[in-house]
Amino acid sequence: MSITNLLENWSDFRQQHPSDERPHREYKWAMSIDLDSCTGCNACSVACYAENNLPVVGKEKFAHGHSHHWIRIERYWDNDGREFADQGAQFLPMLCQHCESAPCETVCPVGATNHTADGLNSQVYNRCVGSRYCNANCPYKARYFNWYDYPTTDNVWPEPMNQQLNPDVTVRGKGVMEKCTFCVQRLTVAKSNARSAGRSVLDGEVQTACQQVCPTGAISFGNLVDPLAKVGKQWMTQQVELNKDKQAKDAEEKAVKLRGYRILEELRTYPSVMYLEQLRESAI
Amino acid sequence: MGKDIREDIAWAQINKDVLKSLESPRRMYWVILFIAIAMIGVAVGSEVYQYQTGMGVSNKNNSHVWGLYIATFIFWIGMSHSGTLLSAILHLMHADWRKPIYRFAEAMTTFSLMTAGLFVLVHLGRLWMVYYVMPYPNERWVWPNFQSPLVWDMFAIATYLSSSVLFLYVGMIPDLAICRDNIHAGWRKKLYTVMSLGWEGTDRQWRNFRITYLTIACFLIPLAVSVHSIVASDFAMSNMPGWHVTSFPPYFVAGALYSGCAAIITLFIILRYVFKFEEYMTLPIMKKLVRLTFAIAMVWTYLNLIEFASVWYGHDQTAKDQLIFKATGPYAPFFWAMIFFGSILPLMLAFKRFQTHLPILFIVSILLNVGMWLERWMIIAPSFAHGHYPWTWDHDQWPSLVQWGIVFGSFGWFTLLFMVFCKVFPSVSMYEVKEMVYHRSLALKHKPAVKGDY
Repeated sequence: MSITNLLENWSDFRQQHPSDERPHREYKWAMSIDLDSCTGCNACSVACYAENNLPVVGKEKFAHGHSHHWIRIERYWDNDGREFADQGAQFLPMLCQHCESAPCETVCPVGATNHTADGLNSQVYNRCVGSRYCNANCPYKARYFNWYDYPTTDNVWPEPMNQQLNPDVTVRGKGVMEKCTFCVQRLTVAKSNARSAGRSVLDGEVQTACQQVCPTGAISFGNLVDPLAKVGKQWMTQQVELNKDKQAKDAEEKAVKLRGYRILEELRTYPSVMYLEQLRESAI
Repeated sequence: MGKDIREDIAWAQINKDVLKSLESPRRMYWVILFIAIAMIGVAVGSEVYQYQTGMGVSNKNNSHVWGLYIATFIFWIGMSHSGTLLSAILHLMHADWRKPIYRFAEAMTTFSLMTAGLFVLVHLGRLWMVYYVMPYPNERWVWPNFQSPLVWDMFAIATYLSSSVLFLYVGMIPDLAICRDNIHAGWRKKLYTVMSLGWEGTDRQWRNFRITYLTIACFLIPLAVSVHSIVASDFAMSNMPGWHVTSFPPYFVAGALYSGCAAIITLFIILRYVFKFEEYMTLPIMKKLVRLTFAIAMVWTYLNLIEFASVWYGHDQTAKDQLIFKATGPYAPFFWAMIFFGSILPLMLAFKRFQTHLPILFIVSILLNVGMWLERWMIIAPSFAHGHYPWTWDHDQWPSLVQWGIVFGSFGWFTLLFMVFCKVFPSVSMYEVKEMVYHRSLALKHKPAVKGDY
């Protein structure tokens, strides 16, 4: 953010949510998660640990809330006064929502978390000073802090387990914030390959780790700008729009068949992850 | 009630009394100093451990990312506001009664800022990268994020600290000259000679001095208000329920003045007792100070009620849940203690019989500050325990001994700085007390019939 850049692109720094005034030209990475398909098997979480070099902190630290699951499966019970819920728990995979107007970005004192042109919420580990303001301001609490020095002092990956680390992803030291990147290392490779071929990334050409392993195919990921992308079609079918803080599902009475919503939309964070509501027996 | 100060104190007597406070300390001084250093040792030990191992040892976790460090940071920043109130605002209002007590209040301002600054550093996950927050020129043209309230904090605190050091020093120059003229050897002579900047008390020097002092005073007032407003912005600008409150900046400023005034009462009593300053730090002055504290306590209470009311009658259900959680959840004892110490206890100060009862005032003033510390903690901790997202709701968090150790040590650090100051610099302003005595004798000369205080 140089001064010249600041002065010349003043309007870029002034806008409320970028996609209104500065539409995404080539890519806008987005996700949709079908809660009806989600079985809560945690495969996505495990895949994320493997792909993104997340430290396994152990039982004790996990109990202290020092865990690093960039995607976590939350369980909700609708007991309705009974001892056990009839239908068991409802599951909700929560990950960084890559908000278009991300509360974490404005508060970081050093600008370590930024919005990319592709609509990602990026985290620059080298720039982070660990003030943890981003986490404080994240309504989803989808950010995780390196409370200990996992690679060295804590020795989370002792020889030869360090051989399993993904060479495309940084191993984070103590004192920095981290969170879901939408597997940006895969996106970068896909974009680079596509650019060599003189085209844009095709739908299905790149998958996030969580999407890849999901046994029920609950997670779709893709480019919202691409009219052929599955994720874009899902968003359109559900009439979920990126720049709105209230979707058709909640707005109209007749739209009972719509299932698409985004979490805590009323805070005007404009998330990039759409959830498809679970169909309960009572709702059908 | 009697006079703020006796009009028949000889000027030489004032010099003598104040300079006596600079003489070699008694044994008790060294004992307390040693305790203070030991407290700092605890904090340094905790910080070294935390620095080596990682922030995890402070027992914060992924939904409770802030803790005692930020709460205590606000507490110390708050303490610093009273000095400016007494020196600058009351100076402009020509309130003569501030004169014997503003010097130590200003010192308190400076030292509590120096304590608060340390908490920012202790709080950072990567302390060694702290300079990233500063806008220094670099070849990549990477700047801090000027949108972030933490960056505003950095500017505000740096400005406030440097200005209040300057204010303290400038206001002390005539007194340093008195010290220089009355002390004849040793390191003190050299120190006072250099620091008094060749002050001789000529008319020209006094004129320049007055203008400079007034200018800095005028500069400091908006600065003091903005500093705590900016600290309040750290919370008001965020979207956390319990923080996202428009009235936070004035609420923080009132709280700051409140805890600062309470701290002045505490130190007033200690200095009066230790240095036998009964002639200068008189009971009528204490009475005025207590009344001021009472007024500010009521302002604070009012703003507190406004905050609760606006949340209660507002449409933000999450914020309302947060308020109910604070009052009934695991933090309820601390919340109600805060209400008791902050709003109920100060009602005592309205009664005349307590306004000059020093032992009671000593205890009450400390308890008021306990209440104000709890207030800051009650802003931080419950908000993390009951935020927007249900995932945070069942996470308990209690600060570890590392956090408590650093908070404990900060009081030692403040005590150390203050004790060293009291022995090296005059903690009562000699020239302003003389002025006060002079004003008083002038007033008596012109209106001999008037009785009582003005």
